[in-house]
Amino acid sequence: MEYWNRIYECMPREELTRIQSERLIQTVKRVYHNVPHYREKMQKAGIEPGDIQSLDDLKKLPFTYKQDLRDTYPYGMFAVPLTEIVRIHASSGTTGKPTVVGYTRRDIDTWAEVTARTLVCAGANKDSVVQIAYGYGLFTGGLGIHYGAERIGASVIPISGGNTKRQIQIMKDFGSTILACTPSYALYMAEEMEAMGIKKEDLKLKAGVFGAEPWSEQMREEIERRLGVLAIDIYGLSEVIGPGVASECKFKCGMHIPEDHFIPEIIDPDTEEVLPPGSTGELVFTTITKEGLPLIRYRTRDISSLKYDICECGRTCVRMSKVTGRTDDMLIIRGVNVFPSQIESVLLEVGDTAPHYQLVVKRVDNLDVLEILVEINQSLFSDEVKKLETVEKKIRSAIESVLGISAKVTLVEPKTIERSEGKAKRVIDLRKI
Amino acid sequence: MMVKQISVFLENKSGRLAAVTRVLGSNDIDISALSIADTTDFGILRLIVNDPDKAVRVLKEHGFTVRSTDVIAISVPDRPGGLASALDVLERESIGIEYTYAFVGKKADEALVILRLDNPEKAIETLKKNNIKVLSAEDVYNL
Repeated sequence: MEYWNRIYECMPREELTRIQSERLIQTVKRVYHNVPHYREKMQKAGIEPGDIQSLDDLKKLPFTYKQDLRDTYPYGMFAVPLTEIVRIHASSGTTGKPTVVGYTRRDIDTWAEVTARTLVCAGANKDSVVQIAYGYGLFTGGLGIHYGAERIGASVIPISGGNTKRQIQIMKDFGSTILACTPSYALYMAEEMEAMGIKKEDLKLKAGVFGAEPWSEQMREEIERRLGVLAIDIYGLSEVIGPGVASECKFKCGMHIPEDHFIPEIIDPDTEEVLPPGSTGELVFTTITKEGLPLIRYRTRDISSLKYDICECGRTCVRMSKVTGRTDDMLIIRGVNVFPSQIESVLLEVGDTAPHYQLVVKRVDNLDVLEILVEINQSLFSDEVKKLETVEKKIRSAIESVLGISAKVTLVEPKTIERSEGKAKRVIDLRKI
Repeated sequence: MMVKQISVFLENKSGRLAAVTRVLGSNDIDISALSIADTTDFGILRLIVNDPDKAVRVLKEHGFTVRSTDVIAISVPDRPGGLASALDVLERESIGIEYTYAFVGKKADEALVILRLDNPEKAIETLKKNNIKVLSAEDVYNL
């Protein structure tokens, strides 16, 4: 099986543009009439549904931000009544209200379609045994891939994350051929496997679909070598649909986006202008088939670029490059989204005033290591070593309970963290990905 | 009898101690005792100087994190067991020592020791009652 849906995946651009235009016009009409928040935004921008005649008019529409989803929490952006929503997912909400997304029955069907394409890109077919080690639950990873794997008729092992020894035992005993998890977990499995004395030859693994965190080519080579698989990069975000938003094929030259469902744009995050093909900028998505939570020009904050030439695999749909950064200050550390503001609120709880701080991220032996430099101030300082060590420990454990990841806390002298234009530089990312 | 000790936060990187002593020196502040407690990442410099209020002010002006703490200074006979007899007194009264360090006096037969205690008032009273010489702040600043 080379393609899951040859018609759409290999459609000539002219025809695709026509379909996108039609679907865009319908989507704009629908959100204008069904979602007051969108209607207000469009009225404010002086846009009516009639102004959107084709794909070229997309740039006239106002952007949608994560904040819009927060402001209308939980269901304010839904375009259908709850009676038509059959599934609800949500982000963890560590930086405020969780982002809630709803799917109609048809949306679940669309989701299965796009994740089926992802899996087929990795070489899956009905004979595959797909071990899904992404988390199930409110997180979209597990169930998203699950429905796609069922759709192509593969045998699904819904093992979810964790319990590594058992994962490996099952992989070996059940003859899993496709592994779906984060790339760092795949590497961890490889290490555990070696410790358990299980060789890659004992497994039937052929490919892995790895995503949800940034990873390097060097990490890909290591996973491929140690697990004996084809490792492909996948991309998704719950606001758009979850996994299935983009996926590499075996040629590993960018992630194919199912453009019959999602229209990507690259914009300059500052001027908000749409940039020409090939430019690097912020990735923006418009969904054109979703019913529950349609998104108009959603600002992902992810930095990427788009390639429109035809891939060696024959797919004509556009490919996005690996995400190389963020336009906001969010960091992804071991798969966890971390905002400096979260660290700031932890520090506020520890001292009388929030001290200056800086997050330094490094990658040591393929694992992200977070160090938090905290400038000492009068209220934190003591002449006793044990009291200062208590301060460090308190910050460390508060961060661990808020973010769920461990960090090294280092107290530094005042004014040693670099300020630019009076504002501290909060994040130093030294990872070479 | 309380002596004001100043404490300065120092990162463990070269030149920091020199920077503190340079600031003090150029402001005519004389150091009579000094101790550093350090960990992997940072150290706490503890100083007895002739003008602690001025020292705190100038160090703060130079961006250091400084605080002043009350400690006591005692003089013990410079012979084996000299310090032990003073510490025995504190132990008997269950007065805890946070930290301590010795410094050089002017007389050959006495050893001077700084003590940071959890109950300094009671300590002074007890030490004096047991004929241990507690130095006045002036004595110490002018050493």
